[in-house]
Amino acid sequence: MDLDPDDIFRDDEDDPDSEVFQERDSSKEFVVYLIDASPKMFSVTCPAGDQKDETHFHIALDCVSQSLKTQVINRSYDEVAICFFNTREKKNLQDLNGVFVFNVAEREYLDRPTARLIKEFDMIEESFAKNIGSQYGIISGTRENSLYNALWVAQALLRKGSAKTIDKRILLFTNEDDPFGSIKGATKLDMTRTTLQRAKDAEDLGISIELLPLSRPDEEFNVSLFYADLIGLEGEDLAQFIPSAGNKLEDMKDQLRKRMFTKRIVKRITFAIVGGLSIELNTYALIRPTLPGVITWLDSVTNRPLKTERTFICADTGALVQESSKRFHPYKNKNITFSMEELAEIKRVSKGHLRLLGFKPLSCLKDYHNLKPSTFVYPTDEEVIGSTCIFIALHRSMLQLKRFAVAFYGSSSRPQLVALIAQDEIIRSGGQIEPPGMHLIYLPYSDDIRHVEENFLEPNFSTTQATDDQIKKAAAVIKRIDLKDFSVCQFANPTLQRHYSVLQALALEEDEIPEIKDETVPDEEGMARPGVVRALEEFKNSVYGENYNEESDLAGDGKSTDTSRKRKTISENAAKESSNYDWGELADSGKLKDLTVMELKYYLTAHNLPVSGKKEALISRILTHMGK
Amino acid sequence: MIISLLSYSGKQEALLLLLDVGPSMHSVLPETEKVCSMLVQKKLMYNKYDEVGIVLFGTKETDNDLTKEVGGYQHVVVLRNIKVVDGDLVEVLQELPRGTNDGDFLDAIIIGMDLLIKKYGETNKGKKRLCLITNALCPVKDPYEGTKEDQVTTIAKQMTVHGMKMESIVVRCLTGDSKNRTVQFHFMGLFETRNISPVTIFKGDLEISSKLRIKVRVYKKTSEEKLPTLKKYSDKAPPSDITATHEVKVDYEYKSIEDHGKVVPPDQRIKGYRYGPQIVPISSAEWDAVKFKPEKGVKLLGFTDSSNILRHYYMKDVNIFLAEPGNTRAIAAVSSLARAMKEMNKVAIVRCVWRQGQSNVVVGVLTPNVSEKDNIPDSFYFNVLPFAEDVREFQFPSFSNFPASWQPNEQQQEAADNLVKMLDLTLPGKGEALQPDFTPNPVLQRFYHHLELKSKHPDSAVPPLDETLKKITEPDVELLGKNKSVIDSFRRCFELKENPKIKKSRRLLREKMSGSIDRESNADISAQPLPFERVASLNRNQSCSMISSSHLCKFCQEKNLNGFCQYLVSKDLTLISKIEAIDSEVTDDEARSFLVKSETKVE
Repeated sequence: MDLDPDDIFRDDEDDPDSEVFQERDSSKEFVVYLIDASPKMFSVTCPAGDQKDETHFHIALDCVSQSLKTQVINRSYDEVAICFFNTREKKNLQDLNGVFVFNVAEREYLDRPTARLIKEFDMIEESFAKNIGSQYGIISGTRENSLYNALWVAQALLRKGSAKTIDKRILLFTNEDDPFGSIKGATKLDMTRTTLQRAKDAEDLGISIELLPLSRPDEEFNVSLFYADLIGLEGEDLAQFIPSAGNKLEDMKDQLRKRMFTKRIVKRITFAIVGGLSIELNTYALIRPTLPGVITWLDSVTNRPLKTERTFICADTGALVQESSKRFHPYKNKNITFSMEELAEIKRVSKGHLRLLGFKPLSCLKDYHNLKPSTFVYPTDEEVIGSTCIFIALHRSMLQLKRFAVAFYGSSSRPQLVALIAQDEIIRSGGQIEPPGMHLIYLPYSDDIRHVEENFLEPNFSTTQATDDQIKKAAAVIKRIDLKDFSVCQFANPTLQRHYSVLQALALEEDEIPEIKDETVPDEEGMARPGVVRALEEFKNSVYGENYNEESDLAGDGKSTDTSRKRKTISENAAKESSNYDWGELADSGKLKDLTVMELKYYLTAHNLPVSGKKEALISRILTHMGK
Repeated sequence: MIISLLSYSGKQEALLLLLDVGPSMHSVLPETEKVCSMLVQKKLMYNKYDEVGIVLFGTKETDNDLTKEVGGYQHVVVLRNIKVVDGDLVEVLQELPRGTNDGDFLDAIIIGMDLLIKKYGETNKGKKRLCLITNALCPVKDPYEGTKEDQVTTIAKQMTVHGMKMESIVVRCLTGDSKNRTVQFHFMGLFETRNISPVTIFKGDLEISSKLRIKVRVYKKTSEEKLPTLKKYSDKAPPSDITATHEVKVDYEYKSIEDHGKVVPPDQRIKGYRYGPQIVPISSAEWDAVKFKPEKGVKLLGFTDSSNILRHYYMKDVNIFLAEPGNTRAIAAVSSLARAMKEMNKVAIVRCVWRQGQSNVVVGVLTPNVSEKDNIPDSFYFNVLPFAEDVREFQFPSFSNFPASWQPNEQQQEAADNLVKMLDLTLPGKGEALQPDFTPNPVLQRFYHHLELKSKHPDSAVPPLDETLKKITEPDVELLGKNKSVIDSFRRCFELKENPKIKKSRRLLREKMSGSIDRESNADISAQPLPFERVASLNRNQSCSMISSSHLCKFCQEKNLNGFCQYLVSKDLTLISKIEAIDSEVTDDEARSFLVKSETKVE
């Protein structure tokens, strides 16, 4: 029976993953992308190494496009609006000059991203000059203020929904650090003041304005000229603000992309250290498997979604029952029942969230001590002042002493031991590669570990270990096939990419499904380099011998030959037995049904036919085969 | 009849518990009772046709076949011959008699083997297991004929011939004081309490390149053992109906939203996939035609520095890559790669499609698992790595950017250093505490405990968490007590106060803080630990090697039983060193000195 998998899993109160995934829908986000389209965005380029230089405008579009594609996979309930300012044409509900809200059919300005939006946005550059046009909108003497207008439009778009339940953000892409630079005197002061007031109004409404500045290596974006005031940076925050000054295009894109995410806290936990000191930590799910979206059943006639209804039926009486609050398990020929409260109580083995038990050297954490994705923890002083200080001190000590902490994590779904590994901040080419903090690794219990290798002890132990020569040859291979700059998440998931490219094509009613590149296949070209081939050949000779032929390698246990021999014997035997019967006569006189299943199978096996099914099926198969 | 047929079908295990109940074992018998009854309980749940027998030694009485047939074998009682598990067995194990004499574990092993041989002969190979629990404190008597080493050799040979496995737990007390003792550990993690056959994930070639393939098998190394799936209970059947199943069936119906109550038949349903706000209808056949279909296979992408793969990127439970058993070439190939990788600090990145028809690709990392034991071949651990879509690259402020008041001063840093150094779970002489491999799941333990209680009294309340299991969920009071000054100075150095702007957490915080202070100061610091050693399982199935515990060996040395030790050495056996035993006083060097061949150090 086909069941909605989503529905079945939802019912499972023991599902340990529920906590892992629940954060996905816990908060919704509304975002307005505010993209500067002034001529300066088109004139300034970023060197891209061997490729063509790209304009800042193109970089901004690229980032938004990437973000939309990620969003449709990961957070499709979030809503977005795309809005250009410093444009020639205008399109917005307030009819303000220099602001153009980009949209596609069947969609509100602020709405969930659709296949069409993604597709048309990808092609916007071709028609941009014709349909929207670039024109700087702050001109002396006119009192026109396109930045003010843009903020107004964005704020109006974000009016819907309550700021309490929805994260509202304006992401502003620009390379102009001094928008009122060309204006002089009192007019400049006045325009600056009204623009800042507009931004403050937005923030008072619970909208956060985030700046994504683009700058050139030789001309850094000076945030203190104007934007520090607009986004409310002061003192230490201002010092912390890193203008995105990547020297390389890829770095710049990378940093912009990272900044576009909001950090979503899974939950806040208390970490009991020692002697009654408990600090506060925020936990984040930085790594979680992204799965293809859930299946919804539709009526194939109307294509309308169907409602799934579940009913519970008592197997003994056939009566409809409510969802039962009791569970049972047969044990010692009795049915032992448990209430849901009892089951919850059994799992309550620890008070509090996270309790420190002690420390161990990092070498105690083995590669097989893993069950599910890790969780990142970062301190917060929001509720308990001093948390961060303790955390930083322990973090430093653990890094320096190469130790990890063992703690008990009393979650309600699966209380378990965890390892806390301190991670130092890693910064490469101006961007943060690894944030500072600790990773919480969920440890297995002895019940979860299997000793498979002990099941396959080798009787002849002198042969289990490689010789020094073989190890040397293997080392040569390893040196040759080295992935120097391997980074863990460099591959896109080909299954997901294919999944969404199929859906996008179908959603847009296109005939052709674009091919996706599977980035996970081995580099055949690299493997064919003479140096690699030679190293592999030498290694092969060393472990397999000179005259080794894979096809004839039955070095195993010869099991395959055993089974095939067995099969042959069975069919020979069946043929012999089968010849003892006059099948034609039996079939004609309808006496096949008087034979045993075993006897019927002689015929089937002798004629290489399937032997599965009930007696009637066997008989009809024989009759079909005989052409009767 | 049916039962005996089943027991020969190859799935059922025959297990013989050899339990030392002599006077020196009395203090740990409660633990023995717990681990053994748990073992039988799990069998009642998962392997209810398995057969179990009990042999006690160190008893006052003597009751076994061999004593009648050939004499000797005093103070060994066959409490229960091998038969299918039942509820009585749990109860028998929960009330083991206390013996009065010293027990001889070699005698017990021989009695156990005799029972197994009489019952099965040479059948049921590899499904016969002996579990020995003893402190090995009592001297082993001289055999009637020959020397002790002859006897041990004979035992090992017989085990091999009959395909028996043996596991032992050697209990050791650090103090002679039997009062006021808390047990530091359950035996629980030490025994394989449930026999799960290996789950094969993949059988085929590890393709190093299109021209070089290695025959491998991939199995699950870790897999979360959950509470058994309980069925929904229906109380609708009248109490008089003794044949009632009490089961609840779940029915799914798909109804049209517009047309209330109209059930849509299966052939009129079509799957819809979400793309943003849109739902795209695709039939299964259409979907199969267009979906991503990779070829089955495991292919190497390349090697990289192990520092490129941070530990927190491991995504799932872990698999193990073993060379095809018996294939010496494949074993050598895996071994040479694993050893070279370990030497060079490299890992391998592989792309895996485990089954034909599987629609997803897995990219993962192979890390070398160089075997410590000569008869276990080298292998690789496999961990799944994330794809680009799986990673959320949030940015967090650098700690150095925080205000000075958030930065620990020199004194605070020193206090933290001391805490991290001193609150050490790997103290010398005590071995590594809370090692995942030996730490049982307290929730499962408690569930089985409750299940057993309920089988006697259906209304039993949930039992409190066992004291020994609290060692897993709470800090070790002894460790805290020993480091009181370190903890006190840590506490003095740091100040925590609730943020006055946020009221709601104030009460909560105070509760939490006072609560934990009380608990720790009231705790009984005088409690003494009682570590155990695990004697690795002895697999007699394919080879006749024996791995013993350091203590057993030392004991033999002390008692001038050089024969036993020499036997171990001659068979190229390893002592269990700190790396794998919870408690062993033998250091790595000492352990290796027992070996003919030296091994690479782990740390």
